[in-house]
Amino acid sequence: MYEYDQYDQAMVDARVEEFRDQTRRRLAGELTEDQFKPLRLMNGLYLQLHAYMLRVAIPYGTLNSEQMKMLGHIARKYDRGYGHFTTRQNIQYNWIKLEDAPDILADLATVEMHAIQTSGNCIRNISSDQFAGAAADELTDPRPWAELLRQWSSFHPEFSYLPRKFKIAVIASDEDRAAMRLHDIGIQLVRNDAGELGAKFFVGGGMGRTPMIGPEIRDFVPADELIHYAEACLRVYNRYGRRDNKYKARIKILVHELGAEEYTRQVEEEFAHMKTLGLNPPVAELARITEFFQDPAYDSRARDELDLTDPDFRIWVEQNTHPHKQTGYAIANISLKPTGGIPGDASADQIDLMADLAKEYSFDELRVTHAQNIVLPHVKKSDLYALWQKLDEAGLAPPNLDLISDMIACPGLDYCSLANARSIPVAQKIGERFADIGRQKELGELKLKISGCINACGHHHAGHIGILGVDRKGVENYQLSLGGSGAEDVSLAKITGPGFDEDGIVDAVEKVTDVYLRDRTNGERFVDTYRRIGMAPFKEALYD
Amino acid sequence: MSKTVTFNDRPASDAAPVSLEEFANASNAAAVRIEPGEDVRDLLPHLERLALVEINFPVFGDGRGYSAAQILREHGFAGELRAIGDVLVDQLAYMLRCGFDSAAPNQPLNGQAVQDALNRYPHAYQKTSGTSPISGRGPIWEIRHE
Repeated sequence: MYEYDQYDQAMVDARVEEFRDQTRRRLAGELTEDQFKPLRLMNGLYLQLHAYMLRVAIPYGTLNSEQMKMLGHIARKYDRGYGHFTTRQNIQYNWIKLEDAPDILADLATVEMHAIQTSGNCIRNISSDQFAGAAADELTDPRPWAELLRQWSSFHPEFSYLPRKFKIAVIASDEDRAAMRLHDIGIQLVRNDAGELGAKFFVGGGMGRTPMIGPEIRDFVPADELIHYAEACLRVYNRYGRRDNKYKARIKILVHELGAEEYTRQVEEEFAHMKTLGLNPPVAELARITEFFQDPAYDSRARDELDLTDPDFRIWVEQNTHPHKQTGYAIANISLKPTGGIPGDASADQIDLMADLAKEYSFDELRVTHAQNIVLPHVKKSDLYALWQKLDEAGLAPPNLDLISDMIACPGLDYCSLANARSIPVAQKIGERFADIGRQKELGELKLKISGCINACGHHHAGHIGILGVDRKGVENYQLSLGGSGAEDVSLAKITGPGFDEDGIVDAVEKVTDVYLRDRTNGERFVDTYRRIGMAPFKEALYD
Repeated sequence: MSKTVTFNDRPASDAAPVSLEEFANASNAAAVRIEPGEDVRDLLPHLERLALVEINFPVFGDGRGYSAAQILREHGFAGELRAIGDVLVDQLAYMLRCGFDSAAPNQPLNGQAVQDALNRYPHAYQKTSGTSPISGRGPIWEIRHE
């Protein structure tokens, strides 16, 4: 894992003091709320329906147990004893007092954490593959590149007042576990014909009101030109992205309106200019960062066999573990989606326990996933049973990874000032309807995603089944869509037709899964069946 | 006329700026004012005779002026770069780092607050056209590999 040096620490400490001063000025009435708003947003502090919400950055979703413990401490001391892990691999606290916010940032800084640029029209936390450094299918660990980008994007003076927020994801596998093509910039690390590592750039993806899949604009950017190329992409956006309409201000609209070819031409022209300026850190800097991401000291004699005689353990292993690149190890997924729970929520005690288990079983490392779960990336197979027992005792072992109850849901109208409808109760009701794990496994991989408004924080466009909450004449109404994917088979979901009320949407989900069970052929996932048979049979079941 | 705050030792120019449109027809103008939607590259052939470029920020959240400043500096502009309009104290450090020398904000700024803001961050992660705060040194990656 990356560790701060004196320079990184000095920057974060300076930010804490700056925000302490800004908060003091606000509380003393020297700043109006209008003046304070952009300042608090640059520090991840939103004013929601009931209280301030603080979003803490977890760069590329990686943290150690000490940092995880700090997240538990904050939940306990400053919030109501829980936190909410988000689709951007961050954590949010929903009940923060403004006067506490500087102390929270100071606490975070003691463990090399912060809330810098977790909101505002700037480059947000860089996200990545939650299995980075552990997955059997990766080309290289994408996190050193993500860290290089994190530093470059932190306090960037030219790109802190962009037309709109800006999200970057970096992956290094053909399997896309980070919804890379649905980011403002998606980067896939690849090798060129000479065997050198570089970055393939996709620009202009996104969800929100106008979902778009980012087109590829360059097949290879060498390591020592990465920052130049990113600068070029951002400069064209900062200069020409629309500022007349907030809803048309994301880079996807610019790329769409210019056309990918013309946008690329402008970026290439700017890139040629950037190269003359020497803005890119030397390769020695990427090498320095990469040193922090060396493999942990695996036990080379660890055995691959696993005793699966306990049937409940077997179900969990089958569903929640993923192949590790090291023989005798597995990637263990901790589902934060218990039946009837709030997707992504964890109590302070659960956070502490996960930190302890990471220390004991996973070389002190945890990951947060964009699907709002936690990962212990390096668990010896012979430890899995003991790990599972401890997770199960704490309600942290739902064996439902990638099944219908492993839903993504935004906070919705229970918390969010933008929402038109509640997301959490819908998620809970669907979870209860499909509570039987045998039934869920029968349905197989099924990604269900719920947003409480058109801004799509719950990724409904990318759901095999997507649900969008809208306000129809003062009544919550839920639109159903089918066929989206945020993975390597990326696609945007299509709406089925008229929406449903809260109970109606639960029935509707059940009806479309019934169509799948009736019409699927061997080995087809829900989304495969939908792609083969199209919308008509589903509409017929829903509306006739 | 609002009061000009300078970030460095360069004395503020008293040249009167013309609009970019006027500049195209006024071959002797030594100062020009750029609006957010205008292409600052139009000035690149004329940098040597410009003593002052004012970059307008009609609202602080419109960040196009930062790119305009960087472009001018990257192409060798050596005159004064001044930010005008809705310039707030919390934006000054970024302006300094993009090559601005001064600001003439709509609302007057507190002198101590200006100094605090300019001296807040000891270092910078990026190489940009302006000076790095406090340390006066290059970006952090450069210091690390000196």
